[in-house]
Amino acid sequence: MANPYAAGAGTGTIMANVRGDIGNDVNSPQGRLDETGLTTAEVTRRLLAYTRPHMASLVASFIASAVSVILQLYVSIVVGRAIDCMVSAGGVDFPALMPLLRGLALIVVGAAVTQWLSGYCTNRLTYKTVRDLRVDAFARLRDLPLSFVDAHSHGDLLSRVVNDADQVGDGLLQGLTQLFAGVVTIVGTLAFMFSISVPVGLVVVVVTPASMLVAWLIARYSAKSFKDQQALQGSLGGYVEEMVGSQKLVCAFAYGDRAQAGFDDINQRLLRVGEHAQFTSSLSNPATRVVNNVTYAVVAVVGCICVISGWPSVLTVGQVQTFLSYANQYMKPFNEISNVVTQIQTAYASARRLFALIDAPAQSADPAEPEVDDSPQGALEFSRVGFSYAPDRPLLHDISFSAEPGQTIALVGPTGCGKTTLINLLLRFYDVDAGQILVDGHDTSRMRRDDLRSLFGMVLQDTWLFRGTVRENIAYGTPDATFDGVVAAAKRAHAHKFIEQLPQGYETLLGEDGGSLSQGQRQLLCIARVMLADPTILLLDEATSSIDTRTESQVQDAFDRMMEGRTSLVVAHRLSTVRDADCILVMRDGHIIERGTHDELLRRGGFYAELYESQFEGTR
Amino acid sequence: MGEILRRFVFPKYRGKIVFGTLCKAVEVVFDLITPAIVASMIDAGVANRDAGHVVRMCVALVVLALVGFCFTLVCQKMAAVVSQGSGTDIRHDLYAKVNQLAPADLDRMGTPSLVTRLTNDVNQVQVTVALGIRLIIRWPILAVGSMVCAMLIDARLGLVFLVCTPAIAAVFWIVMSKSVPLFGKLQARLDEVSLVTRENLSGVRVVRAFRQEGREGARFHGAVDAQSRTAIAIGKLSSLLNPATLLVMDLGVVAILWMGGVRVDVGDLTQGEVIAFVNYMTQTLVSIVYVANLVITINRGTASAARIMEVLDCDPQISDEGAVEIPLGHGTLTSGVALALDHVSFTYDGAARPAVDGVTLRLGAGGALGIIGGTGSGKSSLANLILRLYDATEGEVRVFGHDVREYPLTQLRELVSAVPQQASLVSGTIRSNLCWRDGRAGDDELWRALALAQAADFVGATDGGLDATVEAGGRNFSGGQRQRLTIARALVGRPRIVVLDDAASALDFRTDATLRQSLRSLRSELTCVIVSQRVSSVMSCDQILVLDHGHMAGLGSHAELMRSCPIYREICLSQLRPEEVCA
Repeated sequence: MANPYAAGAGTGTIMANVRGDIGNDVNSPQGRLDETGLTTAEVTRRLLAYTRPHMASLVASFIASAVSVILQLYVSIVVGRAIDCMVSAGGVDFPALMPLLRGLALIVVGAAVTQWLSGYCTNRLTYKTVRDLRVDAFARLRDLPLSFVDAHSHGDLLSRVVNDADQVGDGLLQGLTQLFAGVVTIVGTLAFMFSISVPVGLVVVVVTPASMLVAWLIARYSAKSFKDQQALQGSLGGYVEEMVGSQKLVCAFAYGDRAQAGFDDINQRLLRVGEHAQFTSSLSNPATRVVNNVTYAVVAVVGCICVISGWPSVLTVGQVQTFLSYANQYMKPFNEISNVVTQIQTAYASARRLFALIDAPAQSADPAEPEVDDSPQGALEFSRVGFSYAPDRPLLHDISFSAEPGQTIALVGPTGCGKTTLINLLLRFYDVDAGQILVDGHDTSRMRRDDLRSLFGMVLQDTWLFRGTVRENIAYGTPDATFDGVVAAAKRAHAHKFIEQLPQGYETLLGEDGGSLSQGQRQLLCIARVMLADPTILLLDEATSSIDTRTESQVQDAFDRMMEGRTSLVVAHRLSTVRDADCILVMRDGHIIERGTHDELLRRGGFYAELYESQFEGTR
Repeated sequence: MGEILRRFVFPKYRGKIVFGTLCKAVEVVFDLITPAIVASMIDAGVANRDAGHVVRMCVALVVLALVGFCFTLVCQKMAAVVSQGSGTDIRHDLYAKVNQLAPADLDRMGTPSLVTRLTNDVNQVQVTVALGIRLIIRWPILAVGSMVCAMLIDARLGLVFLVCTPAIAAVFWIVMSKSVPLFGKLQARLDEVSLVTRENLSGVRVVRAFRQEGREGARFHGAVDAQSRTAIAIGKLSSLLNPATLLVMDLGVVAILWMGGVRVDVGDLTQGEVIAFVNYMTQTLVSIVYVANLVITINRGTASAARIMEVLDCDPQISDEGAVEIPLGHGTLTSGVALALDHVSFTYDGAARPAVDGVTLRLGAGGALGIIGGTGSGKSSLANLILRLYDATEGEVRVFGHDVREYPLTQLRELVSAVPQQASLVSGTIRSNLCWRDGRAGDDELWRALALAQAADFVGATDGGLDATVEAGGRNFSGGQRQRLTIARALVGRPRIVVLDDAASALDFRTDATLRQSLRSLRSELTCVIVSQRVSSVMSCDQILVLDHGHMAGLGSHAELMRSCPIYREICLSQLRPEEVCA
């Protein structure tokens, strides 16, 4: 015992070095989601289809918005007329002025009410449509083949359901209504202007492109430094994310000074680029303002000269005022539209991502005339099963084995050999490419998935608990279970004791993914859940490596109890399971290379014997 | 916000801020003159049919616009320089502070939150500073100035402003104060939607295996319905804002026209002045809307500033202020007591019971200490105390005879090295990762550490060798390779004590055994603390500490503990075959 460094390796988990995790052998069964499939017109059409149930809101919103815009524009005209009623001292035309003002008050109220109505309807439309989009996206997640869920980053899928749907709402629906209001404003302004005076109207129209040109030039000028700035902000974010993410390490290694030097380097570069980017982009408001002011001055002088000379058109002072307020407002929709257009572009991208999810092909339908396993016994048979996640990388070849009711089959082999895949195939998370799987003599592909799955209980290495009470979590598979039933299952799973010690016992609310429970406690809850469901056949991924030693023995005992009298297929990590199994399947590279009981396999002196023996080498 | 301004913005940039805002003020004054000039065009020009006057006034307008633009340019430049400059300074200081924080502080604030503060929050403050310089002068002055100008034209008509302005402010206040609480609720509803989706993705196998798709669908429906209801409720409120302000403004115009008509008839006012009045009215109310938006931005900036200040003002829980380097002789380092714990207890902030409770032991230089126990028994906490990542709440941790709190942190880190539980590397190269303890370590030193850590073979076989690329987190290496690299990293720079916190869990038995043999070959210069859940990893240490809920359940050699410590015996029997236990 003198040399502590020559001791044996851990034997608590057999063959820790050949352990496989759920999903490890899953690579990329399907291509990426196709986001380029839909043209802009198709996306628009699809979205319109989503708005159809809320058509009343949509139509009301557009009409109200148009009415409101036109009324607002008309306000300027009435104000002009009112001003024309007050030419000089003693010459104010009150009989004409008063009705105008009363009318103006009505128009003003009407404009405000319709504007509110339009906003309200747009909101209703937006949020109801977003809700429908989310519901459809979620429903699709439910019907997708598991290969799809495995192949895509969960964060990405989540972001489609949450963020992209919001983007579509904010950008596309709100954006389109804003765009519509903007266009109505421009058209309306033009119409009103030209109806008063064509020459002065032309002045405004001619100056508009100048203003847009200025804005465009500035945008182009600042675009490059903006991009540089974003790139640098990205790399600063990445650096911070990584370093602060490893901050305890930085602390333990007194690495702070050097981390700071790397940070300052990016920070200084960001300063130089950022200053320039901010300056150039902050030019666009003042620059359009200066163009506006010049337009304003030109309209004022041309208008006044019209009033004085009657050439090039006849104007009143009030009409000049109308023109001046139009000149002031006319540019606003252009600026808004250019903002909205970028927003709409982003939203279209989001809509494509969302529709790509909604359009992803669903898993194959259940058979029309399904076979039903009326009296489940628990006999399992794999008959010449072949399977691959990716066509160019075959995984399982010609797998055949069977289990009598009540038998325990242990699966042993290196990572990626396909052990976990067998569980995926049994529950029809994936469908076999060749051969068939029989349960009590029924081909699983001819059964309804729900009927098939009701026969199985599954405990995976990755425990899954949802936010809810302990009781709800245990009763997950059997929502109609009584409280006593839940407690009994927890007792059999050795979970009752620790549950009682939780603040509210069985009614304790667990956070997402089990919150503060230890890994072992989570596993015990998952076992209790399966105990309660009382399935005919058990599928276990037995890994206990992340569980502490004392809970581990309880978990193992719970596993053993659960396996009593049931057909069990176990991805085995423990000596005792392997040793006591009725049949051990040793898998390697997608083949079953050896099978038999522990003693038979040891006698044979093959791969299994080698694996088994090598564990103890360190101790000798 | 005030504190940030006082610390980072005002002292360094006072001149630029004053200069910038003055320039902006000039532009605003020009904007204020515009309606007066238009009034003069109409009253003096149109009324007298004086085209020359009209043209002169127009030229004045154009000149004002252009000159105003030049002044604005200066202001925008100042705003860019000040905001980006102070943002850079804030970011520097903030990151420097983060580097001083102790793990306990990090636990409290949370890594994602710190990252947000360093990036988004600083950006937000930057934007606020820039907007502040550019707009804080513009809109309020324009609002107040327009009002004053209108009053100057006709004080009695100006009374309309005194009604409209508070009315608009009231509209804002009512809508905002009612919708702000709803926004918090909306966020919570959206979080719920995310949660259900996330749970369904992570638990897809369980949901399907238990055939609960229908129930999950109903759960999701409930979540999205609640979310859209709240969103619509907010929409109902916030879509009031624009029409209501517009209504107040336009009714104000109606009032001006009516009262103005009366005053024109009496001869107290001219037509042009009424026009100016209407324009000032519009300008004031538009400015108020902008001021309200500005207030929202500044509020957001203030929230960000507060979050930044919280970090800057935080007193790190671990500090080595005033500590001076302790001279340690060769004898102390090779033959003294390397590590001594004296009634050490430690309680995490806010925890009900201590994680480590009254641990006492001593370990000679060159010895090996094993620490074993279940999850949550306090093993890692104890390891962290030795590394002084946390400070003991009671008792003393002594390294080579001195309390760890007496050492400057750099000296302590030089003496005591760590292999953390989580084998993570940072992006860069193998070399840059290995050089964390010693930036100047040469190739020989690195290869020596790699060899000791059983990593020389695979590093040698990797393209680029020491200069092979390491991706973020080290994800381009397998778990076992990563773990060996983190061990090598800890051995560079020849530490005197190394603490391995469950550092061999991803290694296969053979590598694990060889690794421990090679560490043992260094016993003349290296003391080891090995934390593990596996009996086989600690079995042959000189001393094994058995922890149970933070208490010492036993301390001694394997053979002693087998006799005297029931918990140790239980652990052994659950992990080893009887013949191994007696080995």
